[in-house]
Amino acid sequence: MSISPEDIQKIAKLSHLQLEKDKTEKLGQDINNILSFVDQLQAADTSNIEPMAHPMDAEQILRADIVSEHDQREKLAKNAPAIEDGLFLVPRVIE
Amino acid sequence: MFEKSIKELAEGLRQGEFSSQELTKAYLDRIDQYNGNLNAYITVAHEQALADARAADEKIAAGPANIWTGIPFAHKDIFCTEGLLTSCGSKMLSNFVPPYDATVATNFKQAGAVCLGKANMDEFAMGGSNENSFYGPAINPWSTDTSLVPGGSSGGSAVAVAARLAPAATGTDTGGSIRQPAAFCGLTGLKPTYGRVSRYGMVAFASSLDQGGPMARSAEDAAAMLQVMAGYDAKDSTSVKQAVPNYSMHLNQDLKGLRIGLPVEYFNKHLNAAMQKVLEDAIKLFEARGAVCKEISLPHTELAVPAYYVIAPAEASANLSRFDGVRYGYRCDDPQDLMDMYMRSRSEGFGTEVKRRIMVGAYALSAGYYDAYYRKAQQVRRLIKNDFMTAFETVDVILGPTTPSPAFGLGEKGDDPVQMYLEDIYTISANLAGLPALSAPAGTIDGLPVGMQLIGNYFDEARLLAIAHQFQAETNWHTQAPKTELTGL
Repeated sequence: MSISPEDIQKIAKLSHLQLEKDKTEKLGQDINNILSFVDQLQAADTSNIEPMAHPMDAEQILRADIVSEHDQREKLAKNAPAIEDGLFLVPRVIE
Repeated sequence: MFEKSIKELAEGLRQGEFSSQELTKAYLDRIDQYNGNLNAYITVAHEQALADARAADEKIAAGPANIWTGIPFAHKDIFCTEGLLTSCGSKMLSNFVPPYDATVATNFKQAGAVCLGKANMDEFAMGGSNENSFYGPAINPWSTDTSLVPGGSSGGSAVAVAARLAPAATGTDTGGSIRQPAAFCGLTGLKPTYGRVSRYGMVAFASSLDQGGPMARSAEDAAAMLQVMAGYDAKDSTSVKQAVPNYSMHLNQDLKGLRIGLPVEYFNKHLNAAMQKVLEDAIKLFEARGAVCKEISLPHTELAVPAYYVIAPAEASANLSRFDGVRYGYRCDDPQDLMDMYMRSRSEGFGTEVKRRIMVGAYALSAGYYDAYYRKAQQVRRLIKNDFMTAFETVDVILGPTTPSPAFGLGEKGDDPVQMYLEDIYTISANLAGLPALSAPAGTIDGLPVGMQLIGNYFDEARLLAIAHQFQAETNWHTQAPKTELTGL
């Protein structure tokens, strides 16, 4: 299965990635090569085979709904690119 | 001092042969002298390491302490370390100082070990050559005329240990990222059973495949490391509640009657003749110790790499969606609006291979393609696991090569991702099945180390370590050091 330059743009948008114009063609080729390589999977007979998500088929364990983390606001704020009064700053979204 | 095992270092510390401060200083001096050649470390924690060493010396003087107290080591830069830059080899996290420790980091701290610094790696653990690091590639210390790759993604960890810039290092393995660099650099590396080592605080790449493990100069040292790393962790919902054996105690368990499986899919016409010879010599040694070898089949071997390159990118695309330039990590300059900020922060913060995988993953998970790619790959994954389960009905362990060949040259694989992916052909199956697998030095090809791989049944790490340990008792491949200009050894 081969994907078009329009598809590449669409996946980039889904991935929140901006493609540099001069690299789009090469990236499209690479992705097409990868997809045709993984197409070998289609030949496998997987009828009646359950998909496998965890090697031991373990299920998600739920913990009791109690407070287990203390407030770390100041510590966490140290890594923020922009912060004011303990709030993360982003470009204006509401005019 | 630089050739001593973890156990010997612990004894030296207790007998006052040297202090942890002297030992740590000696390693820091070597790092200062040779890291420029090798690029093994992204961050060196000079001051913290010496402070930790001082505390360890006091602890040892005060009475009985853990074997790791005062022993230096390195962390792959994927493990969160509180107050110490954790970049994951990416521009995206080049300013990230974690507010907390990964469970593995906590375990080493509690044991009293001294973290020397954070080791170089392929960006977000995606790669098999360390060439995808934002900080430039680590260099294989065995390189002479031309620069060779150390393997990846745990390339910096492998270089640090092989070049004697650390006695041991942590690594992580999603498709071979511990075993392949261990093989390329002449080390013993173990990917434990999925769920054996906590993933809490380990930057996520492909969550159903990622597993942390030891990289060391011997199986004995790897056993000592795994002892610290392994165990159930309530903070990782995929970690498994299973008692941790005493790995060091099992190192000499008898190999008589051990059933070794040799997969026809590994020992075929594609196997490099020199590699085959190396493995045959190892097999002879095991047979002399009373092991019995038997041909087996893993019929779905060829589908492992394709299944992996659907599952791993799909999970990566989901995991890496958290990097948006809002709460931590890289943010682009002068964002025009929210979408511009997301798009440019991610486009500028991620490298080429990471973006490629995010897009392949997004495609495989997108509407209309999910069944054809992701679901299909997860089904093939079960077929691969079933192959192993059938094999383990008649054998105890599976032996084969770790890599198709020894370390290749920097830039040699060009920029064709599929060629690079095929390097992982022998290692990926164990990740898909979640099985433990170990690589140990088994010989050399053209003067460069190569590894044999042992794949075990679930939670059979002790057996893998014992087999490697007894192999190492009769061979000296694992004690060979890279005596090159790069290392000054």
